[in-house]
Amino acid sequence: MDTFFQQIINGLVQGSVYAMVALGYTMVYGILGLINFAHGEVVMVGAMVALSVIQLSISYGLPPILALLIGLMVSIAACMALGYSIERVAYRPLRKAPRLAPLITAIGVSMVLQTLAMIIWGREYHAFPSLLPNGSHILFGAIITEVQILIILVALAMMGGLLLLVHRTRLGRAMRAVAEDPSIATLMGVNTNSVISTTFMLGSALAATAGVMISANYGIAHYYMGSVLGLKAFTAAVLGGIGNMYGAMVGGLLLGLIESLGAGYIGDLSGGFLGSHYQDVFSFFVLISVLIFRPSGLLGERVAERS
Amino acid sequence: MRQRDTWLVLVVLAIGLLALPFMTDALLGRGWVRILDFTLLYIMLALGLNIVVGYAGLLDLGYIAFFAVGAYCYALLGSPQLGLHFPFWVILPLSALLACLFGVLLGAPTLRLRGDYLAIVTLGFGEIIRIFLNNLNSPINITNGPQGIGMIDPIHLGSFSLGSTHELFGLTLPPVHLHYYLFLFFTLLVIFVSLRLEGSRIGRAWMAIREDEIAAKAMGINTRNIKLLAFAMGATFGGLAGGLFAGFQGFVSPESFGLAESITVLCMVVLGGMGNISGVLLGCLLLVVLPEVLRHGSGPAQQLLFGRSFVDPESLRMLLFGLALIVVMLWRPAGLWPSRQHRSELTAKDNLTKSSRDDRT
Repeated sequence: MDTFFQQIINGLVQGSVYAMVALGYTMVYGILGLINFAHGEVVMVGAMVALSVIQLSISYGLPPILALLIGLMVSIAACMALGYSIERVAYRPLRKAPRLAPLITAIGVSMVLQTLAMIIWGREYHAFPSLLPNGSHILFGAIITEVQILIILVALAMMGGLLLLVHRTRLGRAMRAVAEDPSIATLMGVNTNSVISTTFMLGSALAATAGVMISANYGIAHYYMGSVLGLKAFTAAVLGGIGNMYGAMVGGLLLGLIESLGAGYIGDLSGGFLGSHYQDVFSFFVLISVLIFRPSGLLGERVAERS
Repeated sequence: MRQRDTWLVLVVLAIGLLALPFMTDALLGRGWVRILDFTLLYIMLALGLNIVVGYAGLLDLGYIAFFAVGAYCYALLGSPQLGLHFPFWVILPLSALLACLFGVLLGAPTLRLRGDYLAIVTLGFGEIIRIFLNNLNSPINITNGPQGIGMIDPIHLGSFSLGSTHELFGLTLPPVHLHYYLFLFFTLLVIFVSLRLEGSRIGRAWMAIREDEIAAKAMGINTRNIKLLAFAMGATFGGLAGGLFAGFQGFVSPESFGLAESITVLCMVVLGGMGNISGVLLGCLLLVVLPEVLRHGSGPAQQLLFGRSFVDPESLRMLLFGLALIVVMLWRPAGLWPSRQHRSELTAKDNLTKSSRDDRT
């Protein structure tokens, strides 16, 4: 039973990270109808920038909490700038081009980002400094660390803030209008281009936060961490129904749970044949199954089947 | 007269291709003959991907996974790993077939959806296949994990082994030369199949789907099946190249099948010209030569410019490939050597506006 609750907690933590990254995919998809392949790399850049800034501020003798905050802020700012540039360089010029074109530039962008990160930060795994009190609590016989509690709280706060932004502000209304129909939104006086840029920046800010959270949780950062994470977050978005923000959140949490429970029990289920290193495989099978049985996702109303 | 010219060109080309390994060997050294062999493998891969990306307009980001399936199939059936030693003519078709099967399994659920899903599913498949290859060494050792499978049987054609040096017609033929001729045969076969497909009913259906899927459907094309066919065919070529690779190399490990390799092959297709066979050939040549140039040139060039070496050639290569994908798509979407038809489609809108502007003035 302890394993069960432990895996639930791990799953919730992991899932809230997925949810935040998945929101980035789903918002862009909702507005532009394209998958932002480079989004996973934005998460990685967020984690790496935060790492460098934190190391720098600690070397200046700043207290750990302050260092973490500065690191987070700088990495959010950097990723927003990155998200904006990605949209300007790789997507905006191709908005009217055949579908294949933005997909190819996106994979090009993610390749460039990954290689640049490798050149700047090297191939090795970096230890992400633990800056928060290392305390932990016992909950239903399972251990939850304070870092994990903080991750869940921050994720909830950011997602709540995002929902407020989208449903209660002028900008949010403009975003929903562009998602509904870009040309009519333009006629109604919405500056479509700036709304799209803002969407990319919002998604990147969430991605940066998620990158910092996941590195803080596992204590490592690596130039290659973005691609698999991006793939899983995309799976979460599809699972919840791509284009639907609630779907991304639900899908993220659900995928986190599926994955950690799966990893916890796969050994028992397969009689010891498969080990927990197959954890990464689950999200892929979830993705395939969703695409076979319910391509519109759990909460999606949009029909994914169109060309 | 024209007929005779064509024949003349073909004969010169054939002699050139046959003499190529000897000339390379004499002028540049044996290492370059090996590079020549790899170029041919890449050409097979790129032409396979060209069917998927270039003709049918479906983005496959995990194409190297099919190469991996073919290579491991060959390695498992022809090495001491499982103690199996099937003949070449049994393993090679099996490799291609298995890759084809994987292609169908992967394509069937995704191809009825929009193309974006295929891209991400193939990207995922590329990662997954590596996880399996890396981990299927316990509790039952199938793939031998990260160490890979070695001592793969050299390619045998009957009793003629390509793994040792032979004397034929007074010529000394070392293994690299022999593999060159074998690969040349298969490459020409792949080119021939591609050429015949291009103008066929199926080829035209692929291009119709690429340009407008709904219109293609309205014209009575069974879009899902035709897309699946493209995907399976691309996978088959990938598996074929993979089998040849395993037999040539004598060793396979999961490391050879990373995302970077998928991107390399994609880059060859996109840079050269999607949907155009000569363009793809050009792309392959450029991108096989480029890393060699970088390997020898990038260190000294950086030394000269900055006084020290910042970037290793491998990283520089991936950086350039990524940039090439972006730049080509932004400024020359049909590639360096575009197919005539594709070019007219990609620039049709510009021509229209230009001509209407001309009308007004």
